[in-house]
Amino acid sequence: MPTTFLRDARLKRQALFDVLFRNLTRVSAFAVLALLAAVIASLITGSMPAIHAFGFGFLTSSEWDPVNDQFGALIPIVGTLVTSSIALLIAIPVSFGIALFLTELSPRILRRPFGIAIELLAGIPSIIYGMWGLFVFAPLFADHIEPWINDHIGTMPYLGPFFSGPPMGIGILTAGIILAIMVIPFISSVMRDVFDVVPTLLKESAYGLGATTWEVMWNVVLPYTKVGVAGGIMLGLGRALGETMAVTFVIGNAHEISKSLLMPGNSISSALANEFNEAVGDIYTASLIELGLILFFITFVVLSIARYMLYKLGQREGKAA
Amino acid sequence: MNAETTANPKIIDPKIVVKDLNFYYGNYRALKDINLSIAEKMVTAFIGPSGCGKSTLLRTFNRMYQLYPKQKATGEILLDGTNILDKKQDLNMLRAKIGMVFQKPTPFPMSIYDNIAFGVKLYENLNKNDMDERVEWALRKAALWTEAKDKLKQSGTGLSGGQQQRLCIARAIAVKPQVLLLDEPTSALDPISTAHIEKLIDELKEDFTIVIVTHNMQQAARVSDFTAYMYLGDLIEFGDTSTVFTNPKRKETEDYITGRFG
Repeated sequence: MPTTFLRDARLKRQALFDVLFRNLTRVSAFAVLALLAAVIASLITGSMPAIHAFGFGFLTSSEWDPVNDQFGALIPIVGTLVTSSIALLIAIPVSFGIALFLTELSPRILRRPFGIAIELLAGIPSIIYGMWGLFVFAPLFADHIEPWINDHIGTMPYLGPFFSGPPMGIGILTAGIILAIMVIPFISSVMRDVFDVVPTLLKESAYGLGATTWEVMWNVVLPYTKVGVAGGIMLGLGRALGETMAVTFVIGNAHEISKSLLMPGNSISSALANEFNEAVGDIYTASLIELGLILFFITFVVLSIARYMLYKLGQREGKAA
Repeated sequence: MNAETTANPKIIDPKIVVKDLNFYYGNYRALKDINLSIAEKMVTAFIGPSGCGKSTLLRTFNRMYQLYPKQKATGEILLDGTNILDKKQDLNMLRAKIGMVFQKPTPFPMSIYDNIAFGVKLYENLNKNDMDERVEWALRKAALWTEAKDKLKQSGTGLSGGQQQRLCIARAIAVKPQVLLLDEPTSALDPISTAHIEKLIDELKEDFTIVIVTHNMQQAARVSDFTAYMYLGDLIEFGDTSTVFTNPKRKETEDYITGRFG
């Protein structure tokens, strides 16, 4: 009898541990959700004064006047969207080229070193990109590239106004280019990974019809992987939207809206980084927090779309296997 | 051994002549001094156990191996008298003349219509009407028209396995090649779809020279006019299908086709 009693006690203890352990992991998991909810809640409560004061007008007003407590988010929103768009415009074709080269054209020996180099690029702290952009890239850009842009693109009809202005080196375009360099590693490594899962036979079928590498990539591989590629682009976009330090260094931080991409501007994250220290008064602080809320919302939507697309891709792969 | 194999059979008007072909995966010699001829508008089957080099041989005919570094072929493969292993040979033009169908159906991620138009567009600039006609022609040739004519705009991946494989055949013949290479075309299909494809092969040889690699000896016996038996990179026996199957000259061939090994 005593042995059974002992065994029962041990079983009971084990069951207790099991329950404890299960609840511990559950609490950890729910803590993430709670944290997310807390962030949203504090952003919303923090921005309440600004929301009350400006309403929806906050989104459409380009006013940013700390002295008179008048704030609008249009300039940073536009700055964020424009710099991110420039970044994607540059990064997508370059990343496609990198991924194409790595999966189809590069000699096998070069694949790994190239792949590792790209992943290392992704690991460089953003402040390094910012410093490099400000001290190395911007002067070169101002001395050599912007005058050329002014002379050649700046004189074109329609496009001209977007590409003319004093060659300062820093500005929306510079920020976009630096962002492009920063997101290329993300987009190209996702593209490379999804191109790698394309069945060899499918590619051989296209080659077997006499298609060139370009035709195979463009007409067969890209359509086959479009969901994954779009997901990769969205991840890059998410990163570009939220990037702070590098952009702050090179965007010029001017609360002005200008047609020209060569002029300085502002983005949501760099406005936050620059102005929180000097924000005095409820409305000013609340306006900055509301900016944060807007950025949070934009990135959240973008990343949700990216996740959803990657999920759909996984589903399709599952079906094919 | 090789002198013996090249002696047979007498092919008067060969479409493809293989001379002293050797093939290397890096340092590994996968084909050893292959000599054989492929008769025009006939079906030639390559049989043999896994790893014997039959697919490798097939893939030299359209130089598919060229996609991969470290694979190389030496010797000559004459297509209508021109050596296609020549460095000057334009690969895309070669593949327009020599179409290929693979072990598994590989529809492109696009509509049935576009699957077929894809290859045609690479070489010809057809207007809408001519392209429609070409697509219909290819689908009829591949015995897929009645099943597919109402869903040309739907994705090719939505078809059944057997239909997909016939789509791949239609896609290959739409380019109007001279030679059709079939690399185990029915290995992923059920018996009914396999029967469809075999019947199709019989009809297609009116227009095309066909080379088929198969694991299935009955299939080779059913569809082919000539059969080559390969083993470990050597061409062991090559001859009329009926002779190879009923009266093989060599012991190894007999052992294989009677199922004693392989």
